[in-house]
Amino acid sequence: MALVVVLGLLLFAGLGCGSDETTTDETTEDTAASTDTSVGESSDTSEAGDEVAAPTGEPIVFGAVVSATGPAAALGEQERDALEMLEGQLNDRGGLLGRPVEIVIEDDQSNPNEAVTATNKLIQQDGAVAIIGGTISPSTLAMKPITAREGIPQVTMSAANAITDEPPIEWMWRTPPKDALAVARALTHVSEELGVTRIAVLHDENAFGSSGLSEIEKSAADYGLEVVAKESYKTDETDLTAPLTKIRSSEPEALVVWGTNPGPAVAAKNMDQLGMDIPYVGSHGIANMTFIDLAGEAAEGVVFPAGKMLIPETITDPAQKEVVEGFIAAFEEATGQKPNTFAGHAFDSVGLLADAIERAGTTEPGDIQQALNETTGWAGPDGIFNYSETDHDGLEVDDLIMVRIEGGSWVLAE
Amino acid sequence: MSLQDFLQFVFAGITSGSVYALTALGFTLIYNATGIINFAQGEFVMLGGLAAVSLHSGGAPLALAAIGAVAVVTVVGLLFELLAIRPLLNASVLAQIIVTVGASLALRTAAMLIWGREAVALPAFTEGAPLSVFGATVVPQTVWVLGVTALIVIALQVFYRRTLLGKAVRACAVNPMAARLLGIPYGRVVLLTFGASAAVAAAGGVLITPISFMSYSSGALIGLKGFAAAILGGLGSPAGAVAGGLALGLLESLSVGLLPWSGASGYKDAIAFLILLLVLFARPQGLLGQVSAQKV
Repeated sequence: MALVVVLGLLLFAGLGCGSDETTTDETTEDTAASTDTSVGESSDTSEAGDEVAAPTGEPIVFGAVVSATGPAAALGEQERDALEMLEGQLNDRGGLLGRPVEIVIEDDQSNPNEAVTATNKLIQQDGAVAIIGGTISPSTLAMKPITAREGIPQVTMSAANAITDEPPIEWMWRTPPKDALAVARALTHVSEELGVTRIAVLHDENAFGSSGLSEIEKSAADYGLEVVAKESYKTDETDLTAPLTKIRSSEPEALVVWGTNPGPAVAAKNMDQLGMDIPYVGSHGIANMTFIDLAGEAAEGVVFPAGKMLIPETITDPAQKEVVEGFIAAFEEATGQKPNTFAGHAFDSVGLLADAIERAGTTEPGDIQQALNETTGWAGPDGIFNYSETDHDGLEVDDLIMVRIEGGSWVLAE
Repeated sequence: MSLQDFLQFVFAGITSGSVYALTALGFTLIYNATGIINFAQGEFVMLGGLAAVSLHSGGAPLALAAIGAVAVVTVVGLLFELLAIRPLLNASVLAQIIVTVGASLALRTAAMLIWGREAVALPAFTEGAPLSVFGATVVPQTVWVLGVTALIVIALQVFYRRTLLGKAVRACAVNPMAARLLGIPYGRVVLLTFGASAAVAAAGGVLITPISFMSYSSGALIGLKGFAAAILGGLGSPAGAVAGGLALGLLESLSVGLLPWSGASGYKDAIAFLILLLVLFARPQGLLGQVSAQKV
């Protein structure tokens, strides 16, 4: 009997932990965006892009590692679809340097160990000149030493700060806004628009929420904010009134909730129950219709940072507007689905690499590296990229918008 | 701490605790009849919630969706027994337990394929503002959860203590071989138990979905907490399962409330399980469990 109990606890604990680790980068999904008619022109490669000369010769190989299956499949599925679509688009437009482009896609099953195997295979067997991926931060961090050792450019689609904060970064570039950027955007809103100083943080205990908390604690003072309370929860927890009551007793003026569904929706409903009427500032983890569907009335008035693709009308830069609208239309035509944020990361990864190779005029890794570092003003769904030798993130706070939920839909909050 | 806050922590504990209690009841039912710990129990809760959401969004009124979901999951429980447990009825209990682990993974994956990865919601059974007691609030749905839990517990106690079939089920738990020799159809008792256990779990799932939503992955955490509650209360005792569930819920929320520092919620599982261990050291049979006398 005792053996059974112990076995049971171990088994269950194992199952529970397994599901906790999966949502690492689960940030924004289901980016419902308005359909626009302008199809075409997706990367501003060069004027030669419009000529339809069939590419010839040896293909230029990009190796991609995505989490198309496993717990992070919600993120990786559309990345894979976008990569498949973009390969066709590039070749229809004459390839790169007159050569066809081949994007070899490997599925790491949301497992960093598989990502390592896949990366080695892509470089050694497929002769990839650049690596795209991974979908989740643990995979990217596992792949990083390989591309750094081999001297192959890697453009990641995941958001953990450590990817570009910790050396070596010579061969690593990033497309999504990193966690610190989303925090910066949210805190700017809190201090400038809400005009309050005392904030509380409620965060998921998974990697996404913990990273958010540490970033908020690190930078709150820069925005003149004081974190007066912080509490945490597990993604599937049934009720959050206990941590919220604890938070309420510290009398914060605004609550920042950093997590992925369904936790933030439970928090919104529980705040209503408790009659807490302080502003609710969410993370980009709730930039999806699921949050609105779950929280219903309680979602009204919630604000959160998001990429501009969530509300394409908010894009002021004409070049970015054209690229994003073209991408949304092309993706819908190819897959029948609206592209989410993650599809946008894939688009930016391929686009930035294609742009760099066109400018470099070769596929020598060192030349691609230099060209990537010289990227200026390249516009895509995630924002307008300016890489340099020291900045491999490329984006700025202004590439994110603050969104408010009103009438079950999204409006610009500022 | 103000009275209002204290009561709020108590209500929070009761809300989570009643969910743990219903899940623990499901563990207890199956353990009582077979000695098996059914690790797919949390998955039955999840299936109940998701099935109700599907039926409701398909046009069924809430009451019908709730009953329908319980019926559907009961059938799943019966099939589970027929397909997975029945062939192993003469194997060791350990083998049967391992089968339930496999079943939980299979059910979770199937749910993901059927319902997708997003969490879904169900409207509350009765509309209305939260009820207020000395400033602390509780949503009407929590009252539903508690009420139905109480009804289920009473029904089970009556069944086990007062009916012949209930006594037969208990006899099977004590000694399957002797029960069979006395003419109790052991196979049918086990089948009945799995159906009943799935029904109780599904009812729990339906009841909590308006409060906490439901996704394919929700069953893992609920199953873990329900199992801990069943152990705390004393495996095999329906009243103990409910006591264990409520105690675990209260332990969690009060440890958040009583620990003075900020961020205490991160420690609440550790504290709850520490107390669980201490209780088991002092009373290995659990809070309300009976000591099983064994001659050596």
